[in-house]
Amino acid sequence: MRNSDIRKLTLAEILKIKQVKKLFKEGQRISERGFMDYRNIDIKTNVVEKAFGSAMAKIGDTVVVAGVNVELGIPFADSPDKGILIVEGEVLPTASFSAEAGPPNEYEIELSRVVDRGIRESEMLHLDDFVVKEGEIVYKFFIDFNIINDDGNLIDTANLAAVTAIATSTIPDIKYVRENIDKINNINIKDAPRESIKIHDLPIAVTVGLIDGKFIVDPDSAEEVASDTLITITHTYKGEICSIQLLKGSLSYEQVFEAIDIAYKKNIELRSYLKNISIKVV
Amino acid sequence: MKMSSYIRVDGRKVDEIRPYKIKAHILKNADGSAEIKLGKNWIVAGVYGPKEHFPKFEVPQDRAILNCRYHMAPYSTSERKSPKPSRREIELSKVIRSALEQAIFLEEFPEMSIDVYIEVLQADGSTRVASITAASVALADAGIPMRDLVVGCSAGKIDGHIVLDVGEYEDKEGEADLPIAIMPNLKKVVLLQMDGKLTHDEFRKAFELALKGAYKLYEEQVRALKEVIKEMEEIEKGDENEK
Repeated sequence: MRNSDIRKLTLAEILKIKQVKKLFKEGQRISERGFMDYRNIDIKTNVVEKAFGSAMAKIGDTVVVAGVNVELGIPFADSPDKGILIVEGEVLPTASFSAEAGPPNEYEIELSRVVDRGIRESEMLHLDDFVVKEGEIVYKFFIDFNIINDDGNLIDTANLAAVTAIATSTIPDIKYVRENIDKINNINIKDAPRESIKIHDLPIAVTVGLIDGKFIVDPDSAEEVASDTLITITHTYKGEICSIQLLKGSLSYEQVFEAIDIAYKKNIELRSYLKNISIKVV
Repeated sequence: MKMSSYIRVDGRKVDEIRPYKIKAHILKNADGSAEIKLGKNWIVAGVYGPKEHFPKFEVPQDRAILNCRYHMAPYSTSERKSPKPSRREIELSKVIRSALEQAIFLEEFPEMSIDVYIEVLQADGSTRVASITAASVALADAGIPMRDLVVGCSAGKIDGHIVLDVGEYEDKEGEADLPIAIMPNLKKVVLLQMDGKLTHDEFRKAFELALKGAYKLYEEQVRALKEVIKEMEEIEKGDENEK
């Protein structure tokens, strides 16, 4: 995901990328895993107590923290009967040598929008459940995630962090808020009684890379630069596709379907990491 | 493939593209340009370059930089759009650039840059794929060496039907949207996005439909470029006659 187009790579990075390509020809990956293996995955929930929901996801050395906030807001004019969902992410300057502070660049915007699309299009949250007063007041969900350390595959990691944070959220009890709307504002909403959020799906993003005509999953940062092609495919709970983004490069027509099959298989595997976290899909 | 007899909001069949027309070489000042009309979409693309790139320090020494801006005019949509680039426009500029990069021989122009400006003057759904179709004609019009043209088309799902060339209404009300762009002779997909929900079978059907549409639009690209060549030949002939 890093901007290797413009930025000059460090010598260490160039050597690592060369090593990736050399090993790849011999059928090996730099981290000695198989082409279809993820690195270690670790997910922790409720890592930030002040948020309505939060999670930290790690895939290898990539670390993402996500938090959920709920505010009262005015619905959009074209959807007066729907709550608002905003998913935004940033790569923090701590994340890598090349990460910079400041407004998000196009890679960060793409990353946020791909994670957003998976959550939105899977209908994980039924936004019409979150109307306090139609056309006037609705819940506004902010799902913010930050890349703390970047070793590639930011989308899969950010997606895991974001969906876990949402799924484990406790949000202001909507019935209580509706009944007491005169007294509740954005300052005291955190003190309102809480209820567990109802989720209706659990989107899982899987990024597939192509190096020298061979597919890999979970590329680390050197493998991302070495990859000719990167594509992210997000699946729903039922196995439908809910988002696709070709991030880099090209695919033959048949390779499109191969990539989707790989993403489907790996999405089932990634789901098993979320089973322990007692997430109930309604 | 058996097609359903479903009739769409604008009266089209499921596998029908809206009326389209591409015109190359429409801007006097640009090195290459093109315009596409697809339904009510009206998009202009202009290419400047290859030219020396500034600032010098960020120039790769082995190839040219491709700059690409996809931009919607404030009056292009029914509700005014702020002229400053939105997050959506920044993302689309990035994916369009990435798609065009696959086709251009950037390595022929080290330390140079090529600018592609795409202006959506009226938006009517599927703007990103129409933009890419126009932009690649503009690049060819500028005489920039390319491996292949790039042509885009979209498919989607509405009321349970898989349909070709998603219009604005279908984009808003439909269940899924699948824009693709390809290099038609090299048979490579260079832009692929999807949102909404599709089963694997529906995806295959939509993908194949979008491919079919893209090949149709490719013929129009070629026709538009041949038209420019013909016009130029006629001008040359006229000049010779004067002599």
